[in-house]
Amino acid sequence: MSGRRVVVTGLGATTPIGGDVTTSWSALLAGTSGVRSLTEEWAQNIPVHFAARVSVEPSQQMERVEIRRLDRSEQFALIASREAWKDAGSPDLDKERLGVVIASGIGGVTTLLDQYDILREKGARLVSPHTVPMLMPNGPAANVGLELQARAGVHTPVSACASGAEAIGYAFDMIRNDRADIVVSGGVEAAVHALPMAAFAAMKALSTRNDEPQRASRPYDLNRDGFVLGEGGGILVLEEYEHARARGAKIYCEIAGQGLSSDGYHIAAPDPDGAGVQRAVKFALRDSGLTTKDIVHLNAHATSTPAGDVAEANALRAALGSDADHVAVSATKSMTGHLLGGAGAIESVFIVKTLQDRLAPPTINIEDLDPAVTVDVVRDKPRALPAGDIAALNDSFGFGGHNVVLVFKSI
Amino acid sequence: MALAQADVLAGLKEIVVEVAGIPADSIELDKNFTEDLEVDSLSMVEVVVAAEERFGVKIPDEAVTDLVTVGDAVNFIVNAAK
Repeated sequence: MSGRRVVVTGLGATTPIGGDVTTSWSALLAGTSGVRSLTEEWAQNIPVHFAARVSVEPSQQMERVEIRRLDRSEQFALIASREAWKDAGSPDLDKERLGVVIASGIGGVTTLLDQYDILREKGARLVSPHTVPMLMPNGPAANVGLELQARAGVHTPVSACASGAEAIGYAFDMIRNDRADIVVSGGVEAAVHALPMAAFAAMKALSTRNDEPQRASRPYDLNRDGFVLGEGGGILVLEEYEHARARGAKIYCEIAGQGLSSDGYHIAAPDPDGAGVQRAVKFALRDSGLTTKDIVHLNAHATSTPAGDVAEANALRAALGSDADHVAVSATKSMTGHLLGGAGAIESVFIVKTLQDRLAPPTINIEDLDPAVTVDVVRDKPRALPAGDIAALNDSFGFGGHNVVLVFKSI
Repeated sequence: MALAQADVLAGLKEIVVEVAGIPADSIELDKNFTEDLEVDSLSMVEVVVAAEERFGVKIPDEAVTDLVTVGDAVNFIVNAAK
């Protein structure tokens, strides 16, 4: 190991519960749901009529010409990155030491579908020349890289709903391995559209609680029936510790380690034994030099699907043993919905705020806690975390059997 | 159908404002699309397609490379509509 430590020096977000980090975090602590009924006509023709759209439309946060040239996922990436970069103090550095790693699970799917409609209805001549740069999944990272003139490398890991966490892990490695001093990292998703929603519904992955949209995302509740699709993005500015200290940057916390594994089990279903998740937790702890005793909080993947939530909880219980008793588990998708490739990123933003305020956010909508859930879930109200040195985990899993665990540590 | 130069310039201004997001009063006949108006090669395709629709003319791909300034485009469109 190089001895180069990685800290978080900037945060940005646009989410279903707020147009920036401060608003989103306050709404999260207050237990606010960002889920709403969809009023569009197409939504009435698919089995699920609700989603968690961003609370502030990008058109209120950026120029008209940018909206025109950027896919919605790219708009989220730029909005959150601008906030994070400013929060980091707009650092002045050699751009050859600046990287960008921003993921998306699906990329510019709405651009692809909209342009296909134009092709069929109006012909090839009217297909936008911006289509390819808008639909490519590396588009969000590329546009942020271009704006910041990052020259150390711009990357986009894709691992479905683990993508955002994997991007942060990739950025962490870029700094540890001395490829960069600062990396803007995170994940975005913009897939609230008839086709992705019909497709997830066809898998029976989405909640169909159409009469109570705000109660639909209910991780760990006995009557959970699927996830709620969310959109938005989260960005973290990662920086080498000495570099941050030398410029007098505000340091939120440290990223201490990451653990990666894959299930080799099924393309979409979780391994009920959770062996892959357990391995990822073990690798992450080993990488960070911490033990299960140091962990006081976990922002769970917990998407509100019948199989996934319990498989994850069982795996965590197995990996953490009796130390799971002092880990406050929060499932913030109960409020934001599931941002797919953005999920691990906004949840990492929330973990950084959790460590800063020493307050674990609540999990809402648990009316009857599923007795099969054997972890300590923070319900209804935020919970204070202990003083002193503390650490927290973010776990994210993706279709394909991808497992990513990140370790955040107070500093 | 003949088109007046002033009408073509006004219409083209609206298109460039929409495509490039720059103020209408900065768009003049002598302005260079790429250097002055930030209309890159992709956005130029949008300008051309929108102009064809609006003015009912055909602007072949091989002609587009010669449309360096706003004035070049206005003249081309006026001549093509004659």
